[in-house]
Amino acid sequence: MPHNTVAVVGAAETTRMGVIPELSQIGLHADAAINAMADCGLKPKDIDGIATAGETPVQLAHYLGITPTWVDGTSVGGCSFMIHVRHAAAAIESGLAKTILITHGESGKSRVGNPPRSVHPQSLNGQFEQPFGPMGPPSMFTIPVLRYMKTYGVTAEQIAQVAVVQREWASKNPRATFRNLITTDDVLNSRMIAYPFRLLMCCLVTDGGGALILTSAERAKDFPTKPVYILGTGESAETPMVSQMEDFTSSRAFRVAGPTAFKEAGITHKDVDHLMIYDAFAHLPLYGLEDLGFLPKGEAASFIAGRNTAPGGSLPLNTNGGGLSYMHSGMYGMYALQESVRQMRGIAPAQIPNAKISVCHGVGGMFAASGTIIFSNQAP
Amino acid sequence: MATPGRALPQPTPETQHFWDGTKANELLLQRCDECSKVYFPPRPFCPVCASRKVSVTKASGKAKLYSYVIHHRPVPGFTPPYAIAVVELDEGPRMMTNIVECDQTPEALVLDMPVEVVFEPQTDTITLPFFRPAKG
Repeated sequence: MPHNTVAVVGAAETTRMGVIPELSQIGLHADAAINAMADCGLKPKDIDGIATAGETPVQLAHYLGITPTWVDGTSVGGCSFMIHVRHAAAAIESGLAKTILITHGESGKSRVGNPPRSVHPQSLNGQFEQPFGPMGPPSMFTIPVLRYMKTYGVTAEQIAQVAVVQREWASKNPRATFRNLITTDDVLNSRMIAYPFRLLMCCLVTDGGGALILTSAERAKDFPTKPVYILGTGESAETPMVSQMEDFTSSRAFRVAGPTAFKEAGITHKDVDHLMIYDAFAHLPLYGLEDLGFLPKGEAASFIAGRNTAPGGSLPLNTNGGGLSYMHSGMYGMYALQESVRQMRGIAPAQIPNAKISVCHGVGGMFAASGTIIFSNQAP
Repeated sequence: MATPGRALPQPTPETQHFWDGTKANELLLQRCDECSKVYFPPRPFCPVCASRKVSVTKASGKAKLYSYVIHHRPVPGFTPPYAIAVVELDEGPRMMTNIVECDQTPEALVLDMPVEVVFEPQTDTITLPFFRPAKG
């Protein structure tokens, strides 16, 4: 598998972030894609591979004027873009394409040009979950958490701390949607959404997009941007039904994708300078820290409450503010990737000094799928 | 708690036996004839060993409350706050359900408490399996 042979040379988000009613979903994809091409000096004729989710790669190839020799429409939720990076790296290494564009755009807030959300009543989810009243991620992604809390003695106060610490990171980021510092009491006094989850333990809903451009590490040297190398990658899937997770205290998809990426990268946890863990809800960093092997089971909540992932801590986590405070269009994975790339380029608003390795871990659906990418800014 | 507007399942050929079962007040699982795995949701083969030799088996209806959320937002057919629960059946599989005949509060909904299946008709063809605190 690819190891340090492929690099990100172009990376950009949409020009604006937050509420963007003047652009439809595909327009957000295109805005980010054009920004990413400008970032590294490319035109559509220079792109020969396209991967996307939400829209089909056919839509994007046509809309942007790209003639691809390689397409990937893997659409497994918010971690689709991590998996696109993995597939793109393999495609470049095997010669299927030379320069691959990965796009995301989602009108999550304004809902312009988004396909309607629906669960078909004949699907397994439609038959065996939907009749019992879940309505989207806030009432589904959260279902395993009481079991996790009971198993490891984790409290709501500790889960609230995840949101408090991430707001500290967001306060350093001018593009973050929420930048005002919050306290544990603010979180615990916010509106109840789905017990034990309160509003400030849940992600934002915003409009935005992002795009990445990958090419071989060899070619990357000729680009104007600082190359960010793909050191290791992993992916997996478990179940579309949160009720059918094997273990409510751990994600099997995380436990496959994460270690696969670490093994491929040939690094240990001590080598990691910067970490992104997709945080649609405040419990996800807990599951991620444990399932990726950073901490023994049940210790992540006290680790975060102990400020180890906060500014100045030993393991900076979700330094853009995360889905809880930065932005969350629906499929957040692209924004986690963008922050990892910024950190590796050395241009993040809350830059980690001398960071050389960044781990970026995503989830899709409600623990349905997972993708992990390990980046480095050190030339092979 | 059944009110008009609740999303209802549409059975497929592979799941029809399950919904026929709930209509007859039986909770039906499947068991692999080769490796003995008891599984849910329904499918005409074993998810462990892929054997097509599987049998329908009636569950005891006894379970424990495994995890839940108490939803506070409006959903058609529900009056918030209401619990969306997962129970673990004595036979092993887990399933999503609602907990009925019980306050929808953290104090009343205690993890691992024993629960038992009850069947509530929704339409002429669809009966949903709910669970209530076990009696006795």
